[in-house]
Amino acid sequence: MAFTRISRRHLLQGTAAIGAAGAIAGLLPGRPAFAGDVVVGFIYVGSRDDYGYNQAHAQGAAALKKVPGVKVVEEENVPETDAVEKTMESMINLDGATLLFPTSFGYYNPHVLKIAAKDPKVRFEHCGGLWTEKDPKNAASYFGYIDEAQYVAGIVAGHTSKTGKLGFVAAKPIPQVLRNINAYTLGAQTANPKITTQVIFTGDWSMPVKEAEAANSLIDQGVDVITCHVDGPKTVVETAARRGIMVTGYHCDQSVLAPKAYLTGAEWNWEGLYPKFGKMFMAGEPIPNFYRGGLKEGLVKVSAYGPAVGEAARKAADDAKAKLMAGGFAIFKGPMTDNKGKMVIASGQAHGQTDPVLERMDYLVEGVVGSTS
Amino acid sequence: MAIAIGDKLAGRAALGDRLRQAAEGVVIPTLALIAAMILFGIFVAVSRVDPLELYAVMYRGAFGTWFSWQNTLTRAAPLILTALCTALPAQLGMVIIGGEGALVMGGLAATAAALALPGAPPLAVQLAMALAGMTAGGLWIALAGGLRHYRGVNETISSLLLVYIAIALLNHLVEGPMRDPASLNKPSTRAIGAANMIGSIPGTDIHWGLVFGIIAAVLAYFLVYRTTFGFAARIAGGNMRAAKVVGLAVGRLVLAMCFLGGAAAGLAGMIEIAAVHGRANGNLAAGLGTTGILVAFLARHNPLAVIPVAVLLGGIGASGGLIQRRLGLPDASVMVLQGIIFLMVLASDALYGRIRFFAPRGG
Repeated sequence: MAFTRISRRHLLQGTAAIGAAGAIAGLLPGRPAFAGDVVVGFIYVGSRDDYGYNQAHAQGAAALKKVPGVKVVEEENVPETDAVEKTMESMINLDGATLLFPTSFGYYNPHVLKIAAKDPKVRFEHCGGLWTEKDPKNAASYFGYIDEAQYVAGIVAGHTSKTGKLGFVAAKPIPQVLRNINAYTLGAQTANPKITTQVIFTGDWSMPVKEAEAANSLIDQGVDVITCHVDGPKTVVETAARRGIMVTGYHCDQSVLAPKAYLTGAEWNWEGLYPKFGKMFMAGEPIPNFYRGGLKEGLVKVSAYGPAVGEAARKAADDAKAKLMAGGFAIFKGPMTDNKGKMVIASGQAHGQTDPVLERMDYLVEGVVGSTS
Repeated sequence: MAIAIGDKLAGRAALGDRLRQAAEGVVIPTLALIAAMILFGIFVAVSRVDPLELYAVMYRGAFGTWFSWQNTLTRAAPLILTALCTALPAQLGMVIIGGEGALVMGGLAATAAALALPGAPPLAVQLAMALAGMTAGGLWIALAGGLRHYRGVNETISSLLLVYIAIALLNHLVEGPMRDPASLNKPSTRAIGAANMIGSIPGTDIHWGLVFGIIAAVLAYFLVYRTTFGFAARIAGGNMRAAKVVGLAVGRLVLAMCFLGGAAAGLAGMIEIAAVHGRANGNLAAGLGTTGILVAFLARHNPLAVIPVAVLLGGIGASGGLIQRRLGLPDASVMVLQGIIFLMVLASDALYGRIRFFAPRGG
């Protein structure tokens, strides 16, 4: 449209129109905006093109959009405060949403719980695996065992590294992050038992400056393959490419950022899950309140191998993937000691994918250079 | 003319002048707001979005329905209090931008107070939380004031740096000494308990923080414009050296104003804990203190004007979601609008005293 449209007369007309529209809108509360379609709301904690956590969810939302009869509404940069409560209610009241995906971990308690109790007809699908029996039945959680994909990426990293030093830029020493670091290291050790992973914790989920500093300092110490667990891996991937080392990605495919340096990566597969959930919801089929899975269940995936991945690495990674796809393979099995020499899994013991012990992980395995506190 | 001026006439003229002055204070910011809306309209027109449709959607999202109003007011509540953290010290000519730090310290102290009083009656816990929150926030900003007065440290820089210290302290405590061992992947303190939460204003979804904010803003207005303390502060704000010469205790004024400002932000932190989160964690530092700076400047540091400006910014926040969803604009567009408004209001400062209609005429 042309600027010339904003003449004084138009402006006056417009002001009147806003008033009239507002008055009419005010008289018709709760009028759904998209008649006929099932409206699904997606809420992201960061920007949806962050090449990371939020983009992975946005890609899932984009896949759901293609399902006929579905209208998707999205909102980004919503903080984990009462702002997200208002966003959920706004989607319900003003857009007529009946299925919501509040995708950030910190949205759940108390915000999703509060609105779910208030709006029992709306379905809340939260990413993070926090739902328990005492929570509202219209709330639910799903999550992926992405450490399986990290294990495969670690195998590729272990085969590719020449210095025997891997780097890991991580946000916080919480169980989910520690599990990824450990799985990555265990994968790499299958290629080279003496390999080490140096970890730097940045302290928060999105700190690009610290992430760049951490990556640079790891590279200065001789690390030649790096990965991360932060919300947006863009900084680490680009820093690695600029400094001429290799990188494995996280959350979603970052190969476009570093076509030569990108080996592979651990990705969520929300593109697979969300259309499935959307169709189940529309058909009236019950969606489990607690839904988790790994590579086999299709909740996570491994990025396509980059050009720098050698034949041996490919083969070893494909073999591991096949074992994980078959099921029954445990990444965490004894005897296993942490990096302080303490036995953490006794000989003969194995913790499978769903073992709740792994959800409380508070150690770094032998071979990881770093500390949890 | 001098012959004609009787007491009555002079009184009327003075009243007229005061009305004109008040009108100036309303008309100029409104003009700035309209100018900002036109500029933003051009901006969105470039992104092929109809500006009129945009403003219709924004109006609906912020004020168009009862739900929208509640959304707006809920967002406005903490902004009133954090804005006072900048507006009160500004009476002394100080630029304090550390409201976020005072909010975090207030929330942290309020949580600690609640956790230290298990089993006490809820009202006592809430009072202790408010007191602890206000004291912690007040001391935090008074620290910046003291550094300025006694050591000559720039208060803008020191209050900003204190924000980072407060957030580091928060993270250290919730991930260490105060951590609830059950909070595995989202380090948090233990919950203060449902009984100790302050609820919503009856019939609404808006928590009591809005009422506390309005009371605090009104009290602040009276303090600044109707007491000798406020008068002394404004004198010192006009000319610090002259105030010292006439014997005003400038040091005490600085510390007291900074403490009161920080206490307001600390109360906002207490309300975030007691009305929203129920426990302290990293989400306490969500930028409410930072938006408060914007509110204070837009209100030209007038504590009463802080209320409508906070509602306006709350409304922009509330409608921001809807313009993302309906018009496909990125979230950053709301930031652009806020930025343009800020710029226009600052630029409009040049208009004060320049428009003849508002000039004083009588006695």
